[in-house]
Amino acid sequence: MSHYLAKRTARVLFTVYLVATFTFGMIRLLPGGPLTTLRVKLARQGMDPDQINAYIENYQNIRPDATLLEQYQSYMLSVAGGDLGRSISLDEPVTNILAEAVPWTVFVVVVSTVLMFAFAVLFGAMMAYWEGSRFDQALTGVSILSASVPFYVLALLLVYFLGYQYQVLPTGGTTGLAVEKELSVPFVMSALEHAILPVASFTITGMGVQALAMRGNSIQVLGEDYVRVARLRGLADRRIATRYVGRNAILPMYTGFLLLLGFNLGGTIILERIFSYPGLGFYMFKALKARDYPLMMGTFLVITVALVVGAYVADLTYSKVDPRISSGGSNEAY
Amino acid sequence: MKPTETDSQVGGVDWSSSNAAATDLSRLDRYRDLYQERVYKPAVVAWSDWRTRFGLLIVGFYVVVALIAALGLYPSPETNQAPRYLLPLENMDYVLGTTATGTDLLALLVHATPEMMLMITSGAIWATGVAVVLGTVAGFKGGTTDRVLMAIADFVMAIPGLPLIMILAIAFTPENPLVLGVLITLNYWAGLGRSIRSQVLTIREQNYVEASRTMGTPTHRIIRKDIIPNLMPYVTVNFVTAARYVIFASVGLYFLGVLPIGAENWGITMYLAYSTAGALYTIEAAHWLIAPMLAILFLSLGLILLGQGMDRVFNPRVRTRLAGESESTAGSEAEDSNASTEIL
Repeated sequence: MSHYLAKRTARVLFTVYLVATFTFGMIRLLPGGPLTTLRVKLARQGMDPDQINAYIENYQNIRPDATLLEQYQSYMLSVAGGDLGRSISLDEPVTNILAEAVPWTVFVVVVSTVLMFAFAVLFGAMMAYWEGSRFDQALTGVSILSASVPFYVLALLLVYFLGYQYQVLPTGGTTGLAVEKELSVPFVMSALEHAILPVASFTITGMGVQALAMRGNSIQVLGEDYVRVARLRGLADRRIATRYVGRNAILPMYTGFLLLLGFNLGGTIILERIFSYPGLGFYMFKALKARDYPLMMGTFLVITVALVVGAYVADLTYSKVDPRISSGGSNEAY
Repeated sequence: MKPTETDSQVGGVDWSSSNAAATDLSRLDRYRDLYQERVYKPAVVAWSDWRTRFGLLIVGFYVVVALIAALGLYPSPETNQAPRYLLPLENMDYVLGTTATGTDLLALLVHATPEMMLMITSGAIWATGVAVVLGTVAGFKGGTTDRVLMAIADFVMAIPGLPLIMILAIAFTPENPLVLGVLITLNYWAGLGRSIRSQVLTIREQNYVEASRTMGTPTHRIIRKDIIPNLMPYVTVNFVTAARYVIFASVGLYFLGVLPIGAENWGITMYLAYSTAGALYTIEAAHWLIAPMLAILFLSLGLILLGQGMDRVFNPRVRTRLAGESESTAGSEAEDSNASTEIL
């Protein structure tokens, strides 16, 4: 187990290292950009080249006159030290901006993904239990419908009707403007109020497919011999439903959780733009529009790290949830 | 004895005669058999399920619309071709109404379809193709090949899709819909490849695969003849899911205004309605935003129904029963065992 833990941890670090390398490559590869414009502007103001270079190095962690290898080393070292450069459009260290943004995005993504799974498991199990009934047919239909709505379409509709037309819920921001940023009841209430619509857009549109998957799994498990035996043994229905059927039907979905988390994290770029919710996606979009490469790559790196850590946690807990998992397994090479 | 057992007398005669006839089947017969096996039976099964039926109708409708646009049978969208801000059904020449620049909304939607269909097809083929090849090779070969391929898949999976596409779109500004499709599904294959690998791991333990290996059949032949056919149901369902992902992602990115604006796209229409006309605040521009949404919704609904129904087409027991060859098999439990744990 500890061997597996060490290997898995090493892989997380390696992945983050590769992604950081990738961002370095992209910054160098991307055409033009504001730094070129900045350089021209400074040169026209009569600043001497050394000063310009120092200035730009500060922005991007990259010294233009150094060799590629040296640039790479200094970039990686500063990233490892938590320095992601300075945002050009917002004129602030990228780390500061992201430190503000990360909690909100993690909040929205985790809450919506967990809610999505909770509802999907509940409804899927109910559909499977009453398979073929009118309830099952209706809910299957609703699930298919909800799965065919992209989350941003629902988000636009929600913000249009509940935000602008009826003005029930706020249309942007993470908390009300008048609310102080401290841990207090009004702050929490305001944060929840602002998060309702973004969370709802993810949860409702993602639920359908998951519920259908849960339904399929449960129906399959219900047909297994051990469930029949459990019935014959006269175990309580409740025990059969939770320990025999529920557990075995949920396990295959657990691995899908990871992909879904990644999908939702990436989706925040569109979601947070629609709700003007200043999280990671919001800043990534801003950076893209302004061609603010340091901010863009910093956001990208942080989103990836969040996903890698999520995967790490999911992987480590999976063996706890599923006792059948044995490290290694029968994977003989042909 | 069951009634089917009494038929076995006839069946026995049939068996020997068909065995003898197998050698001197005429080419026409063989084609007829092939047609029965590959076209007729799947079609009957597909059509018998309302989900597949509606799915096929909807997707077929979009293909027809794409053809209409590609052949130029519907006037292309131009500015000032009509009065500005017509509401839907206000003027029957422009059924869906017009935009702020007096462009026919229906024309915008129709002419965005061909590009969309190309993008969907190329993206889905790329994603499932790479996933099937890598998943089967990794699952079948095992050992170091498996470890290396899965390490790559894990790395690719760790990169969030949309942000990656956005950065690459800025770097390369692709305008060709085929390239865009591939770009959007650039790292989609990883998750799918992993699940295909685990399917292959169970298939490769089957007796017939064991037999092929003992006979010294080359690996590529075992993969092609024994393994891939058994994966087909799973792959088809996931092909449809990948196609849906391409729609969602491409429209979303066009809506953000991140992808280069080359041709028409529903996302671009939404983007213009949202950012230039303020369709969220005013009633008069709302239809401009809602019409492309409906176009996306129906296409993805069609694809989901198709994917849900497709599961059954590949279930051999359901297939023979519906083609009218056997009444006894195909228990009802087999019909709903769509344990496809698709994601998204």
